Order: sequence, then structure tokens, then C-alpha cells
Amino acid sequence: MSETHAAHHAPTGFIRKYIFSLDHKVIGIQYYFLALFSVFVGLTLSILMRLHLAWPHTAVPLLDKLSPLGAPGGVITPEYYLSLLTLHGTLMVFFVLTTAPQSGFGNFILPIQIGAEDMAFPRLNMMSFWVTFLALIVLIATFFISDGPPIAGWTNYPPLSAVGGAAGPGMAVGDTLWVFSIAIFCVASMLGAINFIATTLDLRARGLSLMKLPLTCWAWFITAILGLLSFAVLLAAGALLLLDRMGGTSFFIPGGLIVSDKILSNHTGGSPLLWQHLFWFFGHPEVYIAILPGMGVTSHVLSTFARKPIFGYRAMVYAMGAIAVLGFGVWGHHMFVSGMSPYSAFAFSILTMAIGVPSAIKTFNWIGTLLGARIRFDSPMLYALGFVSIFVTGGLSGIFLGQPPIDIYFHDTYFVLAHFHFIMGVAAIFGMFAGTAFWFPKMFGRMMNETLGKVHFWITFVGVYAIFMPMHYLGLEGNPRRYSEFIDNFLVPLMPLHRFISIAAFITGGAQLIFLANLIWSLFWGKKATENPWEATTLEWTVPSPPPFDNFAGLHPVVYHGPYEFSVPGAEKDYIMQTDAEVLKEG
Amino acid sequence: MASHDAITERLSGPPASAWGGGVAPFATGSKKLGMWLFIMSDAITFGALLMAYCYVRVAAVEWPKPFEFYPALVKATVMTFILLSSSVTMVMAVQASKSDKRSSTVKWIMATMLGGLLFVIIHATEWVGLINEGVRLFHNPWGEPLFGAAFFTLTGLHMTHVFCGVIYLGVVATWFGKGKLSAEDVEVAGLYWHFVDLVWMFIFPLVYVLSIHQG
Repeated sequence: MSETHAAHHAPTGFIRKYIFSLDHKVIGIQYYFLALFSVFVGLTLSILMRLHLAWPHTAVPLLDKLSPLGAPGGVITPEYYLSLLTLHGTLMVFFVLTTAPQSGFGNFILPIQIGAEDMAFPRLNMMSFWVTFLALIVLIATFFISDGPPIAGWTNYPPLSAVGGAAGPGMAVGDTLWVFSIAIFCVASMLGAINFIATTLDLRARGLSLMKLPLTCWAWFITAILGLLSFAVLLAAGALLLLDRMGGTSFFIPGGLIVSDKILSNHTGGSPLLWQHLFWFFGHPEVYIAILPGMGVTSHVLSTFARKPIFGYRAMVYAMGAIAVLGFGVWGHHMFVSGMSPYSAFAFSILTMAIGVPSAIKTFNWIGTLLGARIRFDSPMLYALGFVSIFVTGGLSGIFLGQPPIDIYFHDTYFVLAHFHFIMGVAAIFGMFAGTAFWFPKMFGRMMNETLGKVHFWITFVGVYAIFMPMHYLGLEGNPRRYSEFIDNFLVPLMPLHRFISIAAFITGGAQLIFLANLIWSLFWGKKATENPWEATTLEWTVPSPPPFDNFAGLHPVVYHGPYEFSVPGAEKDYIMQTDAEVLKEG
Repeated sequence: MASHDAITERLSGPPASAWGGGVAPFATGSKKLGMWLFIMSDAITFGALLMAYCYVRVAAVEWPKPFEFYPALVKATVMTFILLSSSVTMVMAVQASKSDKRSSTVKWIMATMLGGLLFVIIHATEWVGLINEGVRLFHNPWGEPLFGAAFFTLTGLHMTHVFCGVIYLGVVATWFGKGKLSAEDVEVAGLYWHFVDLVWMFIFPLVYVLSIHQG
């Protein structure tokens, strides 16, 4: 078939090689840099937000140029604050947490780890990247239209999001672009998910049975299943919201609604709760889409740098599966204050608590892996250990929020903010840091700088605790989220804490420039990487760094061993490659 | 597809277990698996829309039941019959393609496309009729405005799927006739076509039969 040849021979032109490439490695790097761009935009937005929260009347230079209405004289208006948080959330959740761990690393590493020369559908792969790119452009465009970015938050709840421009600045054109962007993103995610699942099932090397797959592959595989099944629902919800906004329907708009002192007479019969159900049916699995790849990387790195087999490999796989399955049954815990029946809330709560079990299994298995190990504290390992710490911290506050009586008090306070930033944001980001530090030599053929990595790790690790730990306390005090300032109400006594958080955020945010500098410096001037610098066992470490166009130079690797055979008694070295044919020596 | 060749290549070695790597489990190529995965995802999109429809319908004070047995239900029944028949012709096409009868395959696919087109045409006349009666996305003569919204959204998305399917089948027929596609490609197209049929089997009772005028 014609496509076979297109996929097998390295392209020569610049455009086919680096822009519209079919090579999974190039596409993975494209995804990675798309996420890197998004994360720094999202980070800048959060810095602006923290600045405004701590010093509400500070003028930000140049901001009035970007948005004369949103920041007259450079001072952020309450509405523009909401725009910033909407774009921060949307960029981070969709274009960073969903994109980098799964599509970025997954694309680059998965085919090599399973011994394939590419993904199952290279063309689809290229398409899903460029569709994601289009979605990002549409989202970023909201900054540059006169309407400004939408103000409805990353969950875009109706009726605010369904009634158009009457709801506030950014809700006319801006929010329409938002819905389009997310709908486009859904399509891209579906294409990507199909590719990941088919690749994992069909293209494994001989001998690489499912139970010999590295846990990273399991994580990507399960995440792809989640993406396949959950983005489909968000797509439907987005379509209905677009119809409400542009077609005059009322799926999410109840009758008699008063917006900006006017009764909406042309809408009746819909329910904002319908959006919440549809959105969170996607939204909760989305949390696991963000975190599961991080779990995979962490398991992989912990085992490699502890020089021990991962503790309870099968349990790790089943735990991820259980998290995925349960993840589809807990969306109601985002809606405890929506007026749902206490019986439903009870059911959702039980299922939510149940997720604690597989999560604890994973945590204890990570600790079990570390127990009695001679740990190599290279920077990938530090990030992975950071992941475990932050995952536990964020997970524990989830136990609070999963219970309706407590959640009703905490709902929409900074406690929730602390919870999901730890578990979904920072933990997943640490997974990405671990992945970057671990696979950078394979992806770019050079080592990252260890000293810079360690400095970055410690500032970031301490920094995120300094930012998000106090937020639990703010939540306990009843500090609501999404308010732009706390200078004239009962929250005034909390302002010193807000200032502390802001300063911590500036330092931690600034420290990310160390990471960026390390990344760019290492890209050009880092020490040349050997084939297997970490003495790891999986297939990506059997090929040159960076791997050639078709990964295995036309050969089909054969797998004999599990992925985590470290310190095997009787073996020559302290690790056995998955492809090592030699059997253990007697004795 | 690169994958397909790779799989057949690896199949020629000594046999491994179906899940042991080196072979594609389910003994299918990646394309067929990919189509199944797409169908799962798309089924959930339709499922979400049907759930949304049920949600607003149950929540409504009084959901309109405007369809008379004739012409609405009779028309919908005829459409159902046509769509089901087109699934039969699709099965014949897949069967013919398996025994490498190229021209016969193309003929059966064209019969399937004809069924699809007929379905779309009758459906379109039905839409025009309803629009002439004053049904809009946001308004209808019988009360609850969401009736029109739900009806046009569900049937519209389904009709789009049928229409895209007709084009898809056209491409498959042309390329299969020229020998550029394999029998499996015809089968994969068939999977999509049967899925679109199956979706209609949910829309027909939920949207039409449940909205028959009573008394």
C-alpha cells in the first residue's frame, strides 16, 4: 500500500520532516512544545491573578495595551480577573495536563517501549496534533478580540455561559470561541485515543505480553480509554451549548431567568444541571487523564532509580484500571450543592471514597518499592518522589471533599482550590518534570544539567507547598474562590496570608525559568547522552539517543523479560534489559 | 497502513499467544479496531445527546406529542425499513468483497448508498414539512420549545452521519473497484454503516414512537 512506503522512509523536506511529520517522535515533541507554550502562558496568568489578589490596585505595565477594557491603566478589573482565571484553567487543564503527559511523552515513548516503528495510524496522529493546535489558536484568539476572553471559568457553567453577551464581557464572541476550541479539542483527543489504544493492542513486539508492558504504557493505554469515552460526552455537551448560544435553543436555560435586570423571555424549559451532569461525566475522568500518565512515569522512574522491581506490578495495573472504572461513577461529587437528592449524594460519596483504595494501593506500592533500596537521587527520581508526596497531600484533602456534609461547607472555597491544584495540577506537573528529566536524553540525545535540575526541584517542591498548603486554611475560614479581591469584607484579616501565597507564587513561578533555561541550554549544549544513561531496562533504552527514524532500523525486537527486573539475584548486572536473551546463570 | 503490514510480517513467524505480542489480538488489523473504537466514542456522543433529550423531556411540564400515525410514523417506518435494507445490501457487499468479486461488491455498495440517499431525501422532506408547520429550534406550535431543539439536534446529527456515510461508501466503492482497497476496508466501512443504522434504532422509538399523538 502506498501509505506503507510513506511511513517507512524518512522524509527529506523540511516541512514533511518537522512540520507535517508522520513520525511519532516529531509529533510527540510538537505536543510537548505546545504544552510548554501553554504552561508558560497559563503560569503568567496565574502570576497576574496572584498579584491582583494581594495588591488589587497595582498597575501592570503593558496589560492595558493587551486589554484596554479589562485593565484600564493596567489595573485588572474584577471581570478581567475572571477572564484570566478562565483562560488559566482552560489552558492548564486541556492544553497542558491533557496534552503533555499523554500526547507528548506518550507519542514519543509508547511506540518505542512496545517495540513498534510508529503509531498504528501515523496520518491520524499528525491530524490530531494539528487539530489540537487549531484548538489552541482559537482559544488564544480570545485575548485579542475586543470582547475579551470569557469569564465563566474552565467549567463554563450555564446559564452564565448560555445566554451570550448579556452575561458580561467576553461572553458574546469570547465564549463562543471557547466552546469551539474545546469541541475541536475533543475531536483531537478522540483521534489520539483511538491511535493509542490500537497501537498498544496491535503493535507490541513479540513476547511483550500485556503483563510485561512497562507501567508507563499501561498508564497511557488506560488514559486513552478514558479519553475515548469521556471527551465524547463533552463534545455532545459542547454541541448543545453552541446551539443554545447560536441556535436559540434552551437546553441549559430555564424559563424566567433574569440576566442584567432583564427577563430572558425567549428561553424556557432547559436545565443548567444538565450541563453539570454532562460536563462532570467528562470532567471527572479528565482528572485521571491528567494524573494517570504521571503515575505511570513515577512508577517507572521509582523502580529504575531504586534499582528494585516495582512492588506489586499486577496490583499497580489493576489499581489503575480500578481508578479508571470508578472514575466514571463519581461525577456527582462535583455537584453536592446542586440540590441533588441526599441518596444520590451518598452513592456518589461511597464511590468517591472507594477510589481511595486503589490510590492507596499505588501509594503503598511506591513506598514498598523504595523500602530498603539504594536509591539514586538523580533529578528524575527527585521529581518522582515529589510526585508521590504531592499526590498523597492532594489525595488526603479529597477524602474531605468527597463527603457531602464536609463538601457543602468547603464548596467553592480555597480548600477546593488547594485540593485540585495539588492532586491534578502540581502532581501531574511533577510527573511531567520527572518524564522530562528522565526521557530528555532519549528525546534529544543530550543530558539535562543535574545541578540546575536539583535547584529547580527544591525551589518548586517547597514553593508549591508554600502556595497551596495555606489555601486549605483559607478555605476553612470560608474564603470563596473566584473572587477578585478581599479588601472590604470579613476576609481582610486573611490578606497577609494571601500576600504570603502571592510571594511564594512569584518565587515558584520564577523558578520555572530555571527549568526552561535548563531545557534550552541542554538542548544545544548538554552532555551527549549514551544509549542507556539511567541503566534502565525498557525498549527505548536499546536504541540510540535520539532514536533513528524507524526506531529499530527495520528490526523487530523480541522481549523476554518483564520491565522492572532490577537487582535480580544471580544476574551479571543489577538490571536485565527486556530484550536480553540470556537466561539467568545457575546458582 | 504501516501497522497492517507490520502485523502480517510478524504473523509469519512462530505463533505466539494472541495477547503475547507480535500479533494483533482479535486477529484483526488496526483499521478495524480503530473503527470499533471510533464507534464506541461516537456511540457515547449519541448516548449523551439521547440522555440530554430524556432529561429535558422528563423535566418538561408537558412534552408535545404531535406525530400522527399517518404521515409521520408511516414515513419514519418506511425510513427505518430503507435503512435496515441498506444494512442488508452492505452485508452482501462485504460478502462479495471477501470472495474478491470486485464489480459485484461495487454494485452492492452502490445499492447501500442508494438506500442511504433515499433515507436522507425522505428525512429532508419530513424536515421541510415540519418547518412549514412552524417547528423551529426554539419554537413549535405545540408548546414546549425544546421539542424542536431535541428533534432537530438528534435527527440532524444522525442525518449528517448517514450523509457522511454515503460519501464514505462512495470513496470505498470507487477505490475498491480500482483495486486500491482490500476486503477489510469494505468491512470497516460496513461497520460504520451498521452503527449508523443502530443509532436510528434508538432514535426511532425514542423520538418518533414516544411522540405519537394520542386520543
